[in-house]
Amino acid sequence: MDFTYDDEQNALREAVRALLGKAYSDYENRRRTVATDLGYDPQLWSRLAEMGILGLPFAEADGGTGAGPIEVGLIAQELGRVLAPEPFLTAVVLAGGLIADAGSAEERAELLDPLSAGSLVPAFAHAEPGTRWASSATGVRASRDGDGWRLSGVKEPVPHGASADLLVVSAATDAGTGLFLVDAAAGGLQRDGFAAPDGSRAARISFDGTPATVLGEGGDATAVIAAALDRARVVAGNQAVGVMESALRITSEYLTSRKQFGVTLNHFQALTFRAADMYVAVELTRSMVDWATMVLAEQPDGIAEAAARAGLQVARAGRMVGQSAIQLHGGIGMTAEYAIGAHAATLTALEQAHGMADHHLARLAGTVGEHAEVDPLG
Amino acid sequence: MRLELSPADAQFREELRTFFTTQVPQEIRDTVAARRELTKEQFVTTQRILNAHGYAVPHWPVEWGGRNWTELQRHLWHEEMQRANVPAPLAFNTSMVGPVIAAFGSQEIKERFLPATANLDIWWSQGFSEPDAGSDLASLRTTAVRDGDHFVVNGQKTWTTLGQHGDWIFCLVRTDPEARKQAGISFLLIDMTTPGLEVRPIELIDGGHEVNEVWFTDVRVPVENLVGELNKGWDYAKFLLGNERVGVAPVGASKRVLGAAKEWAREIGELDDPLVAARFAELENDLLALELTAVRVAANSADGKPHPASSVLKLRGTELQQAVSELAMDLAGPAGLSSFAGDVSDAPDWARVSTPVYLNLRKASIYGGSNEIQRQIIARTILGL
Repeated sequence: MDFTYDDEQNALREAVRALLGKAYSDYENRRRTVATDLGYDPQLWSRLAEMGILGLPFAEADGGTGAGPIEVGLIAQELGRVLAPEPFLTAVVLAGGLIADAGSAEERAELLDPLSAGSLVPAFAHAEPGTRWASSATGVRASRDGDGWRLSGVKEPVPHGASADLLVVSAATDAGTGLFLVDAAAGGLQRDGFAAPDGSRAARISFDGTPATVLGEGGDATAVIAAALDRARVVAGNQAVGVMESALRITSEYLTSRKQFGVTLNHFQALTFRAADMYVAVELTRSMVDWATMVLAEQPDGIAEAAARAGLQVARAGRMVGQSAIQLHGGIGMTAEYAIGAHAATLTALEQAHGMADHHLARLAGTVGEHAEVDPLG
Repeated sequence: MRLELSPADAQFREELRTFFTTQVPQEIRDTVAARRELTKEQFVTTQRILNAHGYAVPHWPVEWGGRNWTELQRHLWHEEMQRANVPAPLAFNTSMVGPVIAAFGSQEIKERFLPATANLDIWWSQGFSEPDAGSDLASLRTTAVRDGDHFVVNGQKTWTTLGQHGDWIFCLVRTDPEARKQAGISFLLIDMTTPGLEVRPIELIDGGHEVNEVWFTDVRVPVENLVGELNKGWDYAKFLLGNERVGVAPVGASKRVLGAAKEWAREIGELDDPLVAARFAELENDLLALELTAVRVAANSADGKPHPASSVLKLRGTELQQAVSELAMDLAGPAGLSSFAGDVSDAPDWARVSTPVYLNLRKASIYGGSNEIQRQIIARTILGL
């Protein structure tokens, strides 16, 4: 078991960190970007494509760069570090991942190449009002129409759903939950975009007899969707680690610069002890997320359990770190102008999108009687 | 990044697993599994078996029995030992005084003490804390005054764990009363049979006798029992305490008790209770995060110096050890009241032992640098606060 990144991975991290730093190390730039309609920086998206980042998880034959979960994870850490609002998770990891898993060779070639090049930005439309992190679809139904399909129903929230060029949509069929492709220009499609509390973009999308094509061979895709959601949980965990490490760094800097009662705040043990507890939480979370990422890379069959374990740790630590970061800042932590509050909001949004602690805990508690011990070393 | 153990490490682990489960007497391992107190003889027997096979002091310098293992191998050794319910080598000997003597002692002192320390021919006690010197250890007041070829020691040590078994005690003593508080301290080895040395038991909240006071009245100690240089004892103590933090997180033992507690919960029909199952699941996850951190931190320790994040292991390791003992006591419920009922009780052994263990383990967040001291170390040395 080895937790160290190799030289190539470290070089990739440095390159991405430099690029993202140029865009967002000044928090004002991030604020300006999330205030636009699109909610992210299309030029930065093109740069990421040029560096090969958007094609990282895809096979070279499909236009990707053929890297693995470790590389994808470290990109997510760097995105989290500067609270980058780019749609990497929904476009590359979820929509792209599903196309790679379930799409035909033609679909992969046709869609993953422009996705990797930055010219096609897809989104995964899956969550439905009233559902909580389900793998199946019930609210959107697909029905046959000649050679094609038509979709009806509502998806919400769909990350980056209003601006996406292509939607990968889960929908109930007589054979279970199927996956479909819907063009952004299709008829019967109503997309209402809005900003989520962390500044990222989401949408309510209603389908009314909207024409769709089936992805790949069709049939029940529930297991494929579940695996994709678990994979996204691990990548989101990496992103959360980046956010938490930044929140801790910013908070520590604040404690050594802000003065009250004539001294800097780090003279007050009630505050430094809380920061120490944040450090403990972040270190434990990094270990767990690194492990889950390695499971994804080497033993993908074990991803459901690893994703739940990482998800629980990330959710617990995310709350603790986000709340403490604001509290240790005091009033300034409440302002939109200062970066720390957005860290807490981002950690919350990641939980909301990928599963809160109780959801993961229920999953784990259900199987607790089936093993004596958890042994990560096998 | 690699998930699986290398073939060499996997084989190493298998060898350890076989050794610990076949070479250490079952009756000793059963005592540990039942969370009962070990006798002195059980400690000694185990350590001599380990030492005979090179498993007692693998982290010492090679010429004194060390094995030059990687940090990961050392971690595996520690985990497999706990998994097999094998009592670890006596920490006072192998983690505390042994490494100090090996690093700072004269050749003569090394030859005199290290082989006997590794083999538990000498049972060491720790003479650090005093009634007025706990977390603020450097305010200690026990004095050693030079008189010809001897130091004359006067004062009192306390919290001396298992001092009733002790043959020798390693002490921090004040040898220069004029110097700034850390500067006048020396590291002295004292034969506990010397006249003027008295061990008095302290009864603890769990009803047991685990710690003691050690009183020194004009105890004469030969000057050759000084380790290293006069008035340099604080440096050696810091070295010792840094090592102490590393091995102090008993992840494997906590996992083992949690696994056993599932069986206890099953016996009484509680494992299917969703609230109980959720507590198990949460603790398993917390222990997994800690174990992974232990492996990650072990791999990053450079030059044998503990990684600063080892404070995380002590802090979190003891919290979880306590939380597991709390779960066991909660499962026992009212049966925990029968702790001292003896064999007349219908309550199962695990339930009867659960309250004393819970009370006893309150110590874990206090010793080895209290968890508040660990937070201070994290805040200062890692976060720069």
